[in-house]
Amino acid sequence: MRRGGLRRLARRKSTVAFLLTLPLIVLIAALVIYPAFYSIYLSMLNKTLERLVGLDNFRFLFTRDTFWMVVKQSCIFAITAVLFKALIGFCVAHFVHNVPAKGQRKWRGMLLIPWVIPPAMSTLGWFWLFDPSYSAFNWLFVRIGLPAVTWLGDPLWARFSVILVNVWYGAPFFLIMYLAALKSVPEQLYEAAAIDGANWWQKIWYVTLPMMRNIIAITVLFSLIVTFANFDIVRILTAGGPIDQTHVFATWAFLQGIEGGDLALGASVSLFMFPILAVAAIFILRDINRRGNEAS
Amino acid sequence: MAAIAPTAGTARSARARSLKHDRRRALYWSYFFLVLFAVFFLTPPIYMLITSLKSSAEVGAITNPWWVYNPTLDNYKALLTSVEYLTFFRNSAIVSLVVVVVTMLISIPAAFALARMKFWGSATLATGVFLTYLIPETLLFIPLFKIFAWANETFDVSLMNHWWLLIIVYPTLTVPFCTWIMIGYFASIPKELDEAALIDGAGYLQILTKIFIPVALPGIIAAMIFAFTVSWADFLYPMAFTTSADQMVLPAGIVTTLIKGDVYAWGQIMGACLLGAMPPLLIYAFLMDYYIAGLTAGATKG
Repeated sequence: MRRGGLRRLARRKSTVAFLLTLPLIVLIAALVIYPAFYSIYLSMLNKTLERLVGLDNFRFLFTRDTFWMVVKQSCIFAITAVLFKALIGFCVAHFVHNVPAKGQRKWRGMLLIPWVIPPAMSTLGWFWLFDPSYSAFNWLFVRIGLPAVTWLGDPLWARFSVILVNVWYGAPFFLIMYLAALKSVPEQLYEAAAIDGANWWQKIWYVTLPMMRNIIAITVLFSLIVTFANFDIVRILTAGGPIDQTHVFATWAFLQGIEGGDLALGASVSLFMFPILAVAAIFILRDINRRGNEAS
Repeated sequence: MAAIAPTAGTARSARARSLKHDRRRALYWSYFFLVLFAVFFLTPPIYMLITSLKSSAEVGAITNPWWVYNPTLDNYKALLTSVEYLTFFRNSAIVSLVVVVVTMLISIPAAFALARMKFWGSATLATGVFLTYLIPETLLFIPLFKIFAWANETFDVSLMNHWWLLIIVYPTLTVPFCTWIMIGYFASIPKELDEAALIDGAGYLQILTKIFIPVALPGIIAAMIFAFTVSWADFLYPMAFTTSADQMVLPAGIVTTLIKGDVYAWGQIMGACLLGAMPPLLIYAFLMDYYIAGLTAGATKG
């Protein structure tokens, strides 16, 4: 009797569904949701993690110039890099789209390579290209009569370099997304626009962009989150230097929390990535809900 | 151009000619810029290859850095006989392959349940999975570090500084996205298929293994490639959780042990990076369509 009840329970749809999703729920609850909330608690402890100090860590951060520099640099880094990634991706997607179909695969395959190489490894390649005494770029510059550049030694150039490498790594992703989106724009729309006498700029502005609006929004949003939370490139290229000028939240939190041994302070720093996440989440949720409503 | 053409016929042909002309010009410009961007995108890997073929003496010499005068495979030979480097490679391979399996074991059943078996809270859970994909690892590594240290103190299990710890953490990077794209693939399978199976008396597990997995195999391969490349490339978690050289995976291992401040080791470092980038590059070369499907599915199906 009891066995029969159990078996019936096991056969019930919702029980099966629950069991199938259980590993996912456990994984996310234990290793994503719990740590995320735990970091809020951590950020309110003192350095030895023995005593609750409330918001003292944040108060301490607010008095430090380095912290404000990190905030500024994180924003500059993320916004500039995403802007250029999106622009380059958009333009190159058009160039690839323009060439005859049989060549497109080849170009696409070649242009996606920066995205495929693990960033830690390709960034080492850039690091060697930027080497202070053996820079291969500087060798070219000197050849054509330009002054040698201290790529990673000068604060301004170092900021430029980390953004350059991030754009190099991320632009191919935008290219692929935008190319897929371009292919889904019906050809008739362009024909209709051509009959109405639209020039290429008007075609882009009135046909391509509106048709790609969703995909542009979602890639930019994603990339903004990922770029804002970037660690690999800055860590390998400059490790935050010179004089902390290129630190972003992730590298500074790593320096404070893991290397400096102050987990509480590190947690407080990394929590500042949360606002941008929240904003992105709101936009994405709105988008999902809207699509859900359209579908039903 | 053709505005003052005498007759309609010639005007039209002139216009057609100018259109053709425009199109050809656009094509040439496209090629021009494509070459320009290809140079920008491919310079670092090519320069890495050039450097990796140089001897230490040539790396330090004041010659044209963009050319190899005496190509040598010594760097690769040294790497492939170095116990340290082979350990990184082995650790990376085991971790990535196991993570792929674990990811599939978790996300295929979950995606099936979320796509087909409407139950209480399933829609919320699907959205929640997607949102957790947005929580970056850079927010989680400090609390995870503390949690692992705490587990060490309380249960006396040493988690920190073991390569297999990464098998536990990497699924947090791969499972949400893989589940999300799999929900999309599963949802696109026609309902008639599983209804027919239900009528024939199949259970849900049979529907999953006999129908959904075979039909959605391309999507599963795309998700597997995604999981593999993400685990292969991750840098922050191994940097935070492993410290001794024999427990490192490739990205962290190359960065922390090969760079010794010695300029002349760069040939070997570049070789190590290129060899380390080979598995994802080979997967990309042979399974490009699946690779790209995995990349684009997340946004277009969402």
